[in-house]
Amino acid sequence: MALADTNSVITDRAASAGLRRRRYAADLRLRIYGIAAITVAIGMLAVLLGTLIVGGAQAFVQTHIRVTFPVSAEWVKADDPAAGNWRNVVRDGLAQVFPDLSAAEQREVVKVLTNNAQFFVRDAVLANPSVIGSTITLDIPAADPYDQLNKGVITRDTAEENRRLNDQEIQWFDTLVERGLVSKPFNWGLIFNSNSRFPELAGLKGAIVGSFYALLVCFLVSFPIGIGAAVYLEEFAPKNRWTALIEVNINNLAAVPSIIFGLLGLALLIQTFGLPRSAPIVGGLVLALMTLPTIIIVTRNALKSVPPSIREAAFGMGASKHQMIMHHVLPLALPGILTGTIIGLAHALGETAPLLLIGMNAFITSEPGGVMDAATALPTQIYIWADSPERGFVARTSAGILVLLAFLIIMNGVAIFLRQRLERRW
Amino acid sequence: MKHALIVGAVAVALAGLTSAAMAQSRDQIRIVGSSTVFPYTQAVAEQFAAATGNPAPVVESTGTGGGMQVFCEGVGQDKADITGASRAMKKSEFEACVANGVDNVTEVLIGYDGLSLAHTQSAPDMSLTKAQIFQALASEVEVDGQIVANPYKNWNEIDPSLPNQPITVFGPPPTSGTRDAFVELVMLVGCATFPAIEALEEGRKEEVCERMRQDGPFVEAGENDNLIVQRLNADPNAIGIFGYSFLFENSDTLKDVAVDGVEANQETIADGSYPVSRPLYIYVKNAHRGVIPGLNEFLTEYVSEASFGADGYLSERGLIVLPDDQRTTVRDAVANSTPMAAPAK
Repeated sequence: MALADTNSVITDRAASAGLRRRRYAADLRLRIYGIAAITVAIGMLAVLLGTLIVGGAQAFVQTHIRVTFPVSAEWVKADDPAAGNWRNVVRDGLAQVFPDLSAAEQREVVKVLTNNAQFFVRDAVLANPSVIGSTITLDIPAADPYDQLNKGVITRDTAEENRRLNDQEIQWFDTLVERGLVSKPFNWGLIFNSNSRFPELAGLKGAIVGSFYALLVCFLVSFPIGIGAAVYLEEFAPKNRWTALIEVNINNLAAVPSIIFGLLGLALLIQTFGLPRSAPIVGGLVLALMTLPTIIIVTRNALKSVPPSIREAAFGMGASKHQMIMHHVLPLALPGILTGTIIGLAHALGETAPLLLIGMNAFITSEPGGVMDAATALPTQIYIWADSPERGFVARTSAGILVLLAFLIIMNGVAIFLRQRLERRW
Repeated sequence: MKHALIVGAVAVALAGLTSAAMAQSRDQIRIVGSSTVFPYTQAVAEQFAAATGNPAPVVESTGTGGGMQVFCEGVGQDKADITGASRAMKKSEFEACVANGVDNVTEVLIGYDGLSLAHTQSAPDMSLTKAQIFQALASEVEVDGQIVANPYKNWNEIDPSLPNQPITVFGPPPTSGTRDAFVELVMLVGCATFPAIEALEEGRKEEVCERMRQDGPFVEAGENDNLIVQRLNADPNAIGIFGYSFLFENSDTLKDVAVDGVEANQETIADGSYPVSRPLYIYVKNAHRGVIPGLNEFLTEYVSEASFGADGYLSERGLIVLPDDQRTTVRDAVANSTPMAAPAK
């Protein structure tokens, strides 16, 4: 008996060692699959970010040219400076850099500067009228072809007839470089300018403000409604067929493609209620429909995670249901609700399809003054730039995506911060 | 108490939003329409806003057909003032407009646009006739006097002098004015050179002439012309169809395919020798003039010499300028708000 036992232990040991090896091997395989999956995911993300950064980096700097403009009293009258002939002021400024050009060449050399150079000079002089009769020195953005030349997108090896700039124009630019008049500072205009048809002037300000208004409307509508619905479903609603049906529908609503909400916004809000096209209020309402199910689901989970002991303690102290919810359960659930809401809003910030349908992809050169003004949003602005023929917009499209990603990371960062600082664990 | 305050504040904010919606009156000009006219309208809008200090007009690119739909919705504060079109307004669209009370519209011809066929610089030069383009792209063609489903897969099957490479053409979708113009200027002309198709009865003939093939060689590439440019750079065999301004801006990577032996450039389009150019229009609701602030000034800017004139900033963007006398006629029509007559078709 004892002998047989020893034998069986020995064979068992050999068998179990084999079994153990197989188990370890299976563990290892699973781990390798996991690592491979993560590597692929990170690799894709790296490729995406890499192409965006390589493509967009150029748009974060902008070629400027320093020109001293003589603000002669002949073109600009001191009593009405706004109506001055600013085109001629710009021409005179460049004529001082290139004194020996014919009239036709002078007309061409002005195109080194952005087309709106005249308005830059006008605004600078209006801000400081004492320079009328003397000179003013300004750094003016270079026109897109010259900017692209300075950044190496337009190369000198290309045959002249296939190049956007001819040899004469490149020579003018080289002269400016030799004299140290060309600089390439950080492109603040990308953030602080509104949209423009000139890539060298186009910026995201209008889109950022438009997105802000749309998200504000979205938050004001979806947050109270979402919490109200969740509180009722979680704390008051009887468990019956109707509430089950509502629950299923809310979950389904979260999965509806966003373009459907855009169609709804177009048909109902714009065509039936007569709200203006392209306005952030319509965009915000449509996005609110989209975020509402997310907020309801998140709020219900946050309410569920408040332990029953809190509720019972509140009832035990004689609190009414209203007092229990408003004074105890909701404040304790709030960090979770806020986190979910911010993530829902971040999702809404990146949403494009419904905004295209309600016309938030318009060309507007000023930022909106309120929720009723026509505006674009960040993703639709990127969409417009992607569709523009000028070369400068290729880099700006990537740069715009990077800015949008930065906003998304900030919002998600705030959500993580709130969760870690405020969340209570039981 | 605190919660009541929050609830109250939210209610007030919402009430504020809705009442603002009711009392809305517009100080911005609203423009919709063709993606081909869009860059020109954009230019005028920006110049107008920067130079006069008026609120910036809102310009939306919806395609010619989509723009007509929005434009013809009716008259009022919440309706568009101007639509751009890369073809003349159709009779059906005019009737839809009139049915909705938009019966006083001025048609403004702003200039011409060349439709270019382009491929990448590295491809060998190519020249096509309209008949060859029709044979490459129509869904049915004439072979030995018979109408058959398009059998051509390679260019040299159409004509031995053409290169032995597959037919791949990226073009605009049916909603685009560019597509309408292409069919009218190239397909209809090309198909008229085939006697057996000419001999067909009315309805059937149009069908053969206008329908593009669906079996692969013709790819509808959407309204995004930049996407077509990128695909052309990736595939040296591919040819793209788009407005001349895109070829002009991308002339370092793309070159054009000559049509009937004529290359597309500023001169050939302006003097009319390039056979695929089309008129560009904007349509203005006269009922909105004098009501929407700045609309009259905006139109004056649009038809000024500095804008659509010979050396104006629109020609810098690729617009082919109208002859002098025609510009004067257009300017008068705008100044007098001359209403357009119903189109013939």
